[in-house]
Amino acid sequence: MTGVAAEVVAVLLLAAVLAFAMIQPRGLSEATVAVPAAGISVALGIISTADAVTQLRQLGATVGFLAAVLVLAYLADAEGTFRWLGDRLISSSRGHPGRLLAVVFGAAAVTTAVLSLDATVVLLTPVVFGTAARLGLRAKPHVYACTHLANSASTLLPVSNLTNLLAFGASGLSFLGFTALMAAPWLASLAAEFLAFRWFFAADLASSAEPTVPSVTQDAPRFALAVLALTLAGFAASSFTGIPPVIVAGAGAAVLAAKAMIRGQVGPWRLVREASPLFCLFVLALGVVVAGVTAHGLGAALGSVLPSAPTLPGLLVVAGLAAALSNVVNNLPATLMLLGSLGPAPHPGLVLAALLGVNIGPNLTYVGSLATLLWRRVLAGGDAAPTLREFLRLGVITVPAGLAVATVALWLALTVGRGWLP
Amino acid sequence: MIAGSVVVWLTEGTWHSVVDAAAAAAPADATVVLLHVVDTRLEEAVHGAYGGLLGRHRRHRDPGDTVGQAAAGAGADLLAAASARLGRPARHDIRDGLVEREVVAACEGAALLVCARDGDRSRLGPKSLGRYTRFVVDHAPCAVLLIWPEQAPALGSIPPPPAHYPRHPGG
Repeated sequence: MTGVAAEVVAVLLLAAVLAFAMIQPRGLSEATVAVPAAGISVALGIISTADAVTQLRQLGATVGFLAAVLVLAYLADAEGTFRWLGDRLISSSRGHPGRLLAVVFGAAAVTTAVLSLDATVVLLTPVVFGTAARLGLRAKPHVYACTHLANSASTLLPVSNLTNLLAFGASGLSFLGFTALMAAPWLASLAAEFLAFRWFFAADLASSAEPTVPSVTQDAPRFALAVLALTLAGFAASSFTGIPPVIVAGAGAAVLAAKAMIRGQVGPWRLVREASPLFCLFVLALGVVVAGVTAHGLGAALGSVLPSAPTLPGLLVVAGLAAALSNVVNNLPATLMLLGSLGPAPHPGLVLAALLGVNIGPNLTYVGSLATLLWRRVLAGGDAAPTLREFLRLGVITVPAGLAVATVALWLALTVGRGWLP
Repeated sequence: MIAGSVVVWLTEGTWHSVVDAAAAAAPADATVVLLHVVDTRLEEAVHGAYGGLLGRHRRHRDPGDTVGQAAAGAGADLLAAASARLGRPARHDIRDGLVEREVVAACEGAALLVCARDGDRSRLGPKSLGRYTRFVVDHAPCAVLLIWPEQAPALGSIPPPPAHYPRHPGG
């Protein structure tokens, strides 16, 4: 199948995959529709078997890496890393809401960068709520900071977001090169977001009339922190040692897993579940389905509006388009589509600008989550009017500002750091 | 809501002073209702962030549920502490929903609402009211006792009037 018919079928398949993943009827895995959809793409010749195999081979290491990082974050939490972090937030904030917001920003930014956005949303957010409650403070600015930074702080390392992992190979950059170029955009967007939060939540961040600072006693989970630090060092050194980051992440997860299993704290089945094998399968299948979409004109059409040179206007256009696309579809398929459209050897600057867009952009509308929330309401038979208006207003303030300063910072980094480019 | 009752709206950070003010202001024979509203926006935002993780939903681990339960627990703890501080019998009313609207609804038929300024309390002025408190003060269907949780700022904290004072449209 070729031409318009192939494009139409490919888009319909992608829409079905995304709708199923967002709605998740009866809690069924996203792979339930994605894998057959990938099979149909190949069977109908929308994507050739050879191209599908190439796509799967390219995604294989990425998905392995993702599984290792998910297990690493789970085991770090099981070792008490996040409980310890909550106690550190209490002692360093000294009961002051403004100071708590600053340290929560730091904790969420570092957690997202090192252990990926999933760890921030699933593991750190409840801890931050508990921290605010123990301090007798309003939790909203701090909890919202976690949900926002899970996206906007996921630009620093190739491991911080699945989108980065997907694009890392295409960028042609080393682990350190990627990080060096993204450091300034990461800091710039964090600064913009922090200022916006201070203004937006000024009333919630007013001092408590009677500050309380509960005593914290928990010892640091030294073993887990040491393994995380060594894993991070291993990522950084991968450029020199030649050991791919996926092996480093796997080794870090294996060391923590060995300790937990020797102590009988976790079984092998649990580790397999934490690695989310069905999600890994979903990503592989999604890759094949999206390759079908970009192979028949839509990729070329998107490619024709994408700039080919990393000038400042060019970077802004790519970042803006990527942010818009991540709000139309989820940022995972958006990344795959952009990579398919940027051509075989895009300039690394353009890939990084696209990542700024797909990572910071989702805070604007939370397209996937809005659909999920509305569906949840429908199932519950409740009032379907979303109470997300406040959250969306915050997105309208933070996303354009954060994306603009981050892209300008990227342009400066590309200008100063030409030597880091391959 | 009980007719003629005194509703005491309690929030994090300012509830101590509100309880003290209610103890002083409520007539001895009035029913005191200690009110706390769990803001569902918070839980929904976390559900939203989790929903954004396309393909990684494991329902039993939705942090929005964890946060929602913890928020309800923290609210109950706050009411228990307030009750102990009040030192007289009081009804507990813990709700969830949109904070400002739930508070107004809880005041139906009440004689008095006691609540606190919760914004920038470093100077006299409109910013001393957070956006939910402003809604409540604007819409409450009863008398409102609006307290400063700490000592009120001095009169001098009001900025001087503008040089060209706006003229009355008719004047």
